[in-house]
Amino acid sequence: MIAEIGHFCLIAALFTAIAQCMIPLYGAANNKSDFMSFGDYAARVQFYLLIACFTALTYSFLSSDFSVKLAASHSHSLKPLIYKISGVWGNHEGSILLWMVMLGLYGFLFSVFSKRLPPVLRARTLAIQGLLGVGFISFILFTSNPFERIFPAPIDGNGLNPLLQDPGLAIHPPLLYMGYVGYSLAFSMAVAALISGKIDRDWARALKPWSLLSWSFLTLGIAMGSLWAYYELGWGGWWMWDPVENVSFMPWLIGTALLHSILVMERKQNLAHWTVLLAITAFSLSLVGTFVVRSGVLVSVHAFAVDPERGVYILALLLLSTGGALGLYALRSKTLVRRAEFDRLSREGGLVLNNLLLATATATVFLGTFYPLIMDAFTGDKISVGAPYFDLTFAPIMSVLIVFMGAAPLLKWQGDSLKTLKRFAIISLIGAVIIITFAAMFGNSVLGGLGLTLAAYLAYGAIKAFLKRRPIGQLARPAKYNLYAFFTAHLGMAVLTAGAVIMSVWADDTIGRIKPNETLNVAGYSFTLNSIKTGQNQNYGFRRGEVSVKKRGKLVDTLQTEQRFYPVRDMITTEAGFHFAPFSTVFAALGEGNPEDGYIVRANYHPAVTWIWLGALLMALAGFLSLLGLRTPSHKEVASS
Amino acid sequence: MRGLIPLIVFGVIAIALAIGLTNDPRRMEDMLIDQPFPEFSLPTLYEPETQHSKSDIQNQVSLINVFGSWCVTCIVEHPVLMNIAETETVRLIGHNWRDERDKAITWLARQGNPYDSIIFDPDSTLAISLGVTAAPETFITDKQGRIRYKHSGDITEKDWETVLKPLIESLQAE
Amino acid sequence: MRSFFSCLFVAFFLLGPSAFSQVNGAELDARAREIGQSLRCVVCQNQSIDESDAPLAQDMRKLVKKRLIAGDSNADVIAFMRETYGDYVLLKPPVQRNTYPLWGLPFLILIVGLTWFFISGSKKRSQTTDKEETSIK
Repeated sequence: MIAEIGHFCLIAALFTAIAQCMIPLYGAANNKSDFMSFGDYAARVQFYLLIACFTALTYSFLSSDFSVKLAASHSHSLKPLIYKISGVWGNHEGSILLWMVMLGLYGFLFSVFSKRLPPVLRARTLAIQGLLGVGFISFILFTSNPFERIFPAPIDGNGLNPLLQDPGLAIHPPLLYMGYVGYSLAFSMAVAALISGKIDRDWARALKPWSLLSWSFLTLGIAMGSLWAYYELGWGGWWMWDPVENVSFMPWLIGTALLHSILVMERKQNLAHWTVLLAITAFSLSLVGTFVVRSGVLVSVHAFAVDPERGVYILALLLLSTGGALGLYALRSKTLVRRAEFDRLSREGGLVLNNLLLATATATVFLGTFYPLIMDAFTGDKISVGAPYFDLTFAPIMSVLIVFMGAAPLLKWQGDSLKTLKRFAIISLIGAVIIITFAAMFGNSVLGGLGLTLAAYLAYGAIKAFLKRRPIGQLARPAKYNLYAFFTAHLGMAVLTAGAVIMSVWADDTIGRIKPNETLNVAGYSFTLNSIKTGQNQNYGFRRGEVSVKKRGKLVDTLQTEQRFYPVRDMITTEAGFHFAPFSTVFAALGEGNPEDGYIVRANYHPAVTWIWLGALLMALAGFLSLLGLRTPSHKEVASS
Repeated sequence: MRGLIPLIVFGVIAIALAIGLTNDPRRMEDMLIDQPFPEFSLPTLYEPETQHSKSDIQNQVSLINVFGSWCVTCIVEHPVLMNIAETETVRLIGHNWRDERDKAITWLARQGNPYDSIIFDPDSTLAISLGVTAAPETFITDKQGRIRYKHSGDITEKDWETVLKPLIESLQAE
Repeated sequence: MRSFFSCLFVAFFLLGPSAFSQVNGAELDARAREIGQSLRCVVCQNQSIDESDAPLAQDMRKLVKKRLIAGDSNADVIAFMRETYGDYVLLKPPVQRNTYPLWGLPFLILIVGLTWFFISGSKKRSQTTDKEETSIK
């Protein structure tokens, strides 16, 4: 019964979305305010219906109602509560429903928090948001209905993929979707503005909070996913350049560009074309991400149930939305302001360069991800594009970006001279020589030194730019949130860069077959296998190794690592034992073995790996700070000046 | 005109995605077609002392079938191979991959043994030279010992009648 | 399942450092791992054979090692794998006719972009009369 109510709400949400699309569009075209404000009500009703829908599905999982097919194939009555809940989106149908709930949420938030926008822009934005809703709700209803019943109902469910039985699943997808789907609003606002044919700094200002919100969540989501893969997959990669990772990374890169181009637009009324295209692209790439993950066109280590038919539908959605938006852009292109003139040596110039480099980086990730597919489609040749490709292409582009990123914030908006940068450049060069010498002498890596230099230089630039606007004597006085946000974000990027460089150059590991009381040595750490136990848990059997890690004879930590066997799914997973620390994370993973010959143990030393997630966290924090800044009155004064 | 550029770029990408949707990304390229069968020296399944080598493949059209007692699809395919063996149109060579000797022998005792001889390859030595990714997989070699055809997955009666058998007959006529 | 475990066992036993007592054992291990990191595990896909626990990946690691001991260079081993599994097995795509766009485009876009930036950006002060900036926005 509950499932039918959910199904009914979903259908009702579809009709609401259709109305949300048609009526405000008509109102905006004929300047009828009643019709325009209908969008507000519809967006709210649609959101409530979707929430009801999602609640109904969650209820089916919680009450272990296995007559609902989805619950039967992805849940189990004995599963812990948290995995019953996260199991709701641990599958295709549920995750698309979650996606849709987020879409509804953004429509709802927009109707609540953007009261001051011009009514026509508001109405059209909500209408486009409704149109996206129509596309996605019908996708759910026609290809992936989560409320389908199964008869006769099985006694118990199939259980959830063991890899997904992790708190990571509870947090990662909702965060990621908050980011992905948030760009739907940027898209809707871009299309709404294109319909009106008016794209100015007010539009950019209205777009800013939404792109900040999406970006911050996307940052958190990607960082969380990286952390999850790092400890769950057990071979110690924090970023694999896997298609599924890449497709979440591309909207992030474009979203970062969008944040910066909005800065230019609200200040200089420049980059209007570019900003509109970025807003459309960010959401399109989110759709491409969904397409890739759900259609199985690319093979990934991250296993998802794939279905080409769903791929066709999502591709059709992509064609209609992105194709439609870009078509509209082509029509309007001539009427939009085009004022490409800017000063190279100014803050504006720096931001233009930032956009240029981020777009190039995105194109590179796109090329690396889709080239095998494109080549297979046109020639039938099969190639692989793995991490070495991105190390050779993406990394240099990002390095160039960092070089400009360190200096640009020091420049003035309306143009500056090279003299401003003279001292900065000299100190940076001296620092570079020192760091590279040290890295070469003590770390045997010039490249590592170069990478660290970039990170240090970026941090130095951020600190200097901060102090320039808030000299040491005035530090106690509260500054604008934007300044803190800028500082935190750039510092976060520096921390992340440092972590990534140190990890890729100085991480070490060793694999060996050892018996209890034998030892493996890696990077000055000794890993001793203390004992091996086998046992049986609720839904898996395990072999647990206790490994004590010592450095210079002093105990660092005692790690527990397990090999688990899940009979329900005939799957073996490895649970590595971690010791996270600010400077040097170590972990051990137990492999196969027997008492006579010993057990395979993988001992890993990962310096500064935690910095990577710390850096990402700082960036996300910066996004939220900046968002707070938008709500303080001081900003409005500045904005209107 | 400049306004059309994004739309055109998107169009090209969309077409590639659409074509990509029709391809199976897991399908592998067949690298070894028309190449000589790789050199190898491996024991036979039943007599560990007897060595099999490339010369056993030559002189006669052969069908080399990759199988293992651990492989579920192989059980599905097995009756088809038994029928092929009865027709005696082609020399059937088994390639026992990643298996244990006793298990393979027990498995064949239960399912029946269609093969004229069986190469025992527990460490994938030959399998890697052949580019094998999964069992069952089937290769057909001509009289010169060149690989002429590769079939991934199980052979069905239909595959045999419509593709493999005609091919083998034409190779024998060469 | 047992056979799977025993395969794992055999593979790892041969891989384990104890099995090789040559003087250059460590160097050989390092080379084998380096090669392993550049080869794609063809069954699990998107993992290198160094990372993968798949049985075939283990056998491939073993074969890499065997060939190195037999005196092959790193390039020989990679060429051997490429012969049977095609370019697909290489995680770093080779630079050849069908990959020129893949390798070239990122740098081409970068160069074109930077060139555009330095040509199109005027040295002149822009005309808007913005007030002296006091905060980063």
